[in-house]
Amino acid sequence: MAQADSRLRVRRQDSITLVEFIDRNILDEANIQSIGEEISALIEAESGPKLLISFSNVDHLSSAALGTLITIRNKVRDRSGQLRLANIDPQIYEVFVITRLHKMFSIHETTDDALKSFE
Amino acid sequence: MSHQSHHPRYDVSVMLTGDRAQIDQIEQDIMARLEQFAYTKASRFAVKLSIEEAVANAFNHGHKHLPPGVPVRLEYSLAPDEVRVAVEDQGPGFVPADVPDPTMDENIEQPSGRGIMLIRAYMSSVAFSGTGNRIEMTYKKPAPKA
Repeated sequence: MAQADSRLRVRRQDSITLVEFIDRNILDEANIQSIGEEISALIEAESGPKLLISFSNVDHLSSAALGTLITIRNKVRDRSGQLRLANIDPQIYEVFVITRLHKMFSIHETTDDALKSFE
Repeated sequence: MSHQSHHPRYDVSVMLTGDRAQIDQIEQDIMARLEQFAYTKASRFAVKLSIEEAVANAFNHGHKHLPPGVPVRLEYSLAPDEVRVAVEDQGPGFVPADVPDPTMDENIEQPSGRGIMLIRAYMSSVAFSGTGNRIEMTYKKPAPKA
């Protein structure tokens, strides 16, 4: 269950944890920190976590949010898990491309595509 | 016109306290004005992202060793063809060339250090002045597609 003050919507589908952001802007550093902590707790709750993060509601994100995503990716990797990103707005995808982070993440157009990609 | 004594080249000068509601309101005002000036969504995205990154750098890096509450100055001029923004902190400054390239393989896993490169990617021109504690950036509205 997500916490009462959560900035995330979390649900399970089979062995996969799906995370969606509530905020359209992921800019506020206090929020970014709490998002990072909340997702870290989800990752640490299991071994080999399968995590899908959807950006369907997100219009803006900052480089601090990118930093948190990198930390999340490293934690998933450390627990031999799998991370997928989906529904990234073309403008935000461009931020991933500029920073070359599109090569570091497994990014899918839709939630369905991302779900199918888990091994 | 106020604030002419400081930097007369900008129409608006605001002291930011680090309060999120304040910066959200200012960005909202800027975005509304740019929409009136027919800047596209992509252009507004570029300007907003650059302001966010510059202000975050000012507080997180510029003011890292200063007491909380020391304000950062944000200045801007909005026109139909270009947006000019300056962000000045009261920290010791830095040498922009010393910031490692975050896209290099050895830095790609670093969680920070991408703000300036994003600003450079999105804005038409970027300059640092003072001791590096002031960034001035300009966004020129692209010509409409034929």
